[in-house]
Amino acid sequence: MSATDTIRNGEEREPAFGFWRRSYAMLVKEFIQLRRDRVSFAMIIMLPVLQLTLFGYAINTTPRNLPTAVLTQEDTDLGRSILKAMENTSYFHFTREVHTVAEFNELLQSGKVLFGVEIPRGFERAVRRGDRPALLVAADATDPVASGTALAALGPLVQTALAHDLHIGDPPDMPFEIRAHARYNPAAESRLNIVPGLVGTILTMTMLIFTALSVTREIERGTMESLLSMPIKPIEVMFGKIIPYVMVGFIQAGLIISIGVLLFGVPVLGSLTLLGLLTTLFITTNLSIGYTFSTIVQNQLQAMQLSMMFFLPSILLSGFMFPFAGMPVWAQYIGEVLPLTHFIRIVRAIMLKGAAMPNLQYDTIALAALMLFAMTVAVTRFRRTLD
Amino acid sequence: MNGGPTSTQPSASSIAIDVKGLTKSFSGREVVHDLSMQVKRGSIYGFLGPNGSGKTTTIRILCGLLTPDSGEGTCLGYDIRRDADKIKRKVGYMTQRFSLYQDLSVRENLEFVARLYGMPDARGAAADMIARIGLKGREEQLAANLSGGWKQRLALGACTLPNPQLLLLDEPTAGVDPKARRDFWNEIHALAAEGLTVLVSTHYMDEAERCHEIAYIAYGHLLAHGTVDEVIAASALSTWTVTGEDFNGLMADLTDKPGVDMVAPFGTSLHVSGRNKAALETAIASYRDNPKWRWQPSEPSLEDVFIDLMGRSKDNFRK
Repeated sequence: MSATDTIRNGEEREPAFGFWRRSYAMLVKEFIQLRRDRVSFAMIIMLPVLQLTLFGYAINTTPRNLPTAVLTQEDTDLGRSILKAMENTSYFHFTREVHTVAEFNELLQSGKVLFGVEIPRGFERAVRRGDRPALLVAADATDPVASGTALAALGPLVQTALAHDLHIGDPPDMPFEIRAHARYNPAAESRLNIVPGLVGTILTMTMLIFTALSVTREIERGTMESLLSMPIKPIEVMFGKIIPYVMVGFIQAGLIISIGVLLFGVPVLGSLTLLGLLTTLFITTNLSIGYTFSTIVQNQLQAMQLSMMFFLPSILLSGFMFPFAGMPVWAQYIGEVLPLTHFIRIVRAIMLKGAAMPNLQYDTIALAALMLFAMTVAVTRFRRTLD
Repeated sequence: MNGGPTSTQPSASSIAIDVKGLTKSFSGREVVHDLSMQVKRGSIYGFLGPNGSGKTTTIRILCGLLTPDSGEGTCLGYDIRRDADKIKRKVGYMTQRFSLYQDLSVRENLEFVARLYGMPDARGAAADMIARIGLKGREEQLAANLSGGWKQRLALGACTLPNPQLLLLDEPTAGVDPKARRDFWNEIHALAAEGLTVLVSTHYMDEAERCHEIAYIAYGHLLAHGTVDEVIAASALSTWTVTGEDFNGLMADLTDKPGVDMVAPFGTSLHVSGRNKAALETAIASYRDNPKWRWQPSEPSLEDVFIDLMGRSKDNFRK
């Protein structure tokens, strides 16, 4: 009986608007906690402002001034005029001039240029004879967005410019033919471009989170105190925390690539071993960066925020979603310090272009440098005491 | 600077901990002030003091987890500032809060520690320790699922596993039942008998009396140290034990009397203490003839001494 009494008494003492009072109590508490966590608070303000201005200015889906190589087999006025006309379209920017087909192919395969223009030997004479010779414009079509607009603009624009410049015939009857050749992805299928990019994007996301929480977790669970009182060095903690996830990442990468090949029909033209090796390097680089984050932040929320702050530019400025070459130069510099930028070049080059190590030296070295930098920061930032 | 202790063979010295003038502040608040102490090898040294008195901070300084702002000294003959790595190899530190991995099993936790210290047979060492701490049959249980007493045994097992020369135990028996506490202290005495030095912080007076030597620290100041008898003698506290009935009025009366520094009920008796013997006797004179109570001069208990020290330190350092 007394039990029911207590319950009834309890019910009688229930304050008015109990639901709202309790919700309010919780709300006040949450606000206080949010205010105490200054770093998270700063990120709440900084994140949208920074990201919006950054991406708003950097992203450009109709890229201009794309790096283009010229293979000149004869030096004539007509050739120069055509190149000038192409540059005037503002889509092409001639960065390299080569004299052999091998060099020409290498530039395209390594991704140093997006386009290559070949002016064949005897081109001008053939034009004068009225043979309508072909002017070859090769495009790296792995990213159809980047190459598409420029290729579409190529014919009419050059024609108009030339007609104006040289007075050789009216637009309807061009004295030569522009033969565009979309290499590596002739059907301009975006999945061929997206799937290899996704390999890198997914790995970035998962790897970063694995290690970004690793040190903060030890601190929040109180196990750091024991760990620090034992004879282990920061570099040993780091290796111990990174290596297991290298294996996890390797399995994950294998899974993604297999699905890409089996389900989406994306080819792996290059060496699978090389792809495996460089993917491992990329995985390790991301794990090192995540680990570095975890030595900088104070709690798991901050670790997640910092990871997101890194992940978003990785997607948007790496050339995964938008053409890298179309971004302003300052944004390209930011892109260069993101591991995903280099890995996307590597993975597209190996899978779609069959590239080998010599084509990928720069991006490999960049990945390794980023990894070593992150590791160095992590080891020096790791606090060995509780001070 | 004084290179002496480090250059001699550490194990030859009979002093395990020898520190001078340790001071440590956190954001402007001094937590440990000019603390000096010596702990003999093979002894059990009790570290007592109220909450927030700097016990944990001192222990963390000793095992290299914190750097003192000033002061110096050696731990097992190694300089506490320069040789933290060497100290860590030979010191077992049991944290106040359970700090092993909750999501690892008993065996996995112990094997982790054994491997970390580079023990040749980690599995064997862990198995031996499981037997020693009486956790056989619970090897595969996750640490998170152990009860308080078992967690504490596991933590002690983990910090004694690498055969340290010095154990630093930070309130190891807080929240543990009396039976487990007794077993724990028997184990500590067994370890000390094997030559281990043990520095243990505690709130419990009965535990303090199980130590070879004790030190009392309050508000970062080391106020008293020595054997239990020495500390009691040094306090110069006079105590009367009152037995009888109806203490409530008496307590209230005595508390504010000049000459009476402390009145504390102990079950069916009351301890009345004062620093000045004569003043105390004057103060209680009028109550001694009351037939309700029986007055007996007695030795102050350790608790009396500590509560008195705490009261005094409050006056001195917390103005």
